[in-house]
Amino acid sequence: MWEMLNSGWAAVPEIVRTPSVILLQIMAIVLPLLGVVAYLTYAERRVIGFAQLRVGPNRVGWAGLLQPIADALKLMFKEIVLPANASRFLFVTAPVLSFMPALLAWAVIPFADGALLADIDAGILYVLALTSFGVYGVILAGWASNSKYAFLGAMRAAAQVVAYELAMGFALVGVLMAAGSLNLNDIVRAQAGGFFHWYWLPLLPLFVVYFVSGLAETFRLPFDMAEGESEIVAGFHVEYAGMGFAMFFLAEYANMALISALTATFFFGGWLSPLHGVPVLESVPLLGGDGFHWFALKTAFFLFCFLWIRATFPRYRYDQIMRLGWKVFIPLTIVWLVVVTLFVTTGFGPWF
Amino acid sequence: MLDNYLPILLFFVVALVFGVAPLVLGFVLGPRRPDPEKLSPYECGFEAFEDARARFDVRYYLVAILFIIFDLEIAFLFPWAVVLREIGMFGILSMGVFLGILVIGFIYEWKKGALEWE
Repeated sequence: MWEMLNSGWAAVPEIVRTPSVILLQIMAIVLPLLGVVAYLTYAERRVIGFAQLRVGPNRVGWAGLLQPIADALKLMFKEIVLPANASRFLFVTAPVLSFMPALLAWAVIPFADGALLADIDAGILYVLALTSFGVYGVILAGWASNSKYAFLGAMRAAAQVVAYELAMGFALVGVLMAAGSLNLNDIVRAQAGGFFHWYWLPLLPLFVVYFVSGLAETFRLPFDMAEGESEIVAGFHVEYAGMGFAMFFLAEYANMALISALTATFFFGGWLSPLHGVPVLESVPLLGGDGFHWFALKTAFFLFCFLWIRATFPRYRYDQIMRLGWKVFIPLTIVWLVVVTLFVTTGFGPWF
Repeated sequence: MLDNYLPILLFFVVALVFGVAPLVLGFVLGPRRPDPEKLSPYECGFEAFEDARARFDVRYYLVAILFIIFDLEIAFLFPWAVVLREIGMFGILSMGVFLGILVIGFIYEWKKGALEWE
């Protein structure tokens, strides 16, 4: 039976075989990712619930575990309202445009050594291009809605994303200088050698800037001025209902997962085990060995940080957000790039 | 080399499907009962009294212009950072001059108040 299948598979022409294998790989990324996104919404409500000394959703299914599915079903059966004087085509396109980049960027993330969908040498450029693309969805949504709140939210979102993208770009230049490669798998390999060999230590200011900019890029608290439900009601997606709204919601959570995965990859050694060089633990199979479980664990930790920060900090004022982005982060990153240049030329520590 | 980009092309198609499918499902499964009140733009219960695409603060333009300058700078830094170890002192000093000029520009715009939001 198995042999027959195998020989049958070999008879399939190459032009069909390669794409179908790739399609399977894509599904192996996208479907678990959608699961993560769905249960991230549940985790968020539970974590914030416990942070505020209440329970959070616990009725649907065992301990509320079916809540995301119930939410998805509910949103699916809601009417999608198309406002009368909205630009219809752009109004429908915007949620798709903000959702697609959040998925596409996962093509170059190394899940384990060499386990990435597209092993391209321009990995960071690709990630940077796609994360910048997400803001188009937000601006188009605000513009197409033809509503004052949506428009205000979109303008704020655009200026905010633009400011923090610069800080993010500068932080990535620091990683590039340290690793000397644009390929994400090579960047992880360059960090080999245990917890203190990862880039978070020599690039500590850049790591902080990168993660905080990630919060601002995904419009999470304390930087959610683009949504600001207590002043501009929901910002850019105020006119969206049903699945249209759900798409923006999914895009936001997929972006959170993406930023967490990227932070783990750039600064915390991706799939590397932190126990390299520790005498006994190093040789324990799962603990000392590199692999997907370390990547997943690190990403989960940063995702938890997103929720934790949301439960802890009050919202920034808009002028404070812009001040932090332009007057603190950009000078800080430029100074640290000079420091990293010195590190590289002197071959400082185990990192360079 | 281009082989590596085939998965990205396919991923693009898959992401498009995953992006459009929920919206189509929403349009198919959801009810459609439009009425003038529901379709009017939300303005806290008041009737919308002028076009929403009004004039907005000029500072947004300013931020966009500053962004382009600095984003280009980052675009120049990327290839430089990759080959940092091979280009030696000359490369580092050249980038120092380039960054220095940009920092002077940054200080100028800071002092001019282009970064203020009051």
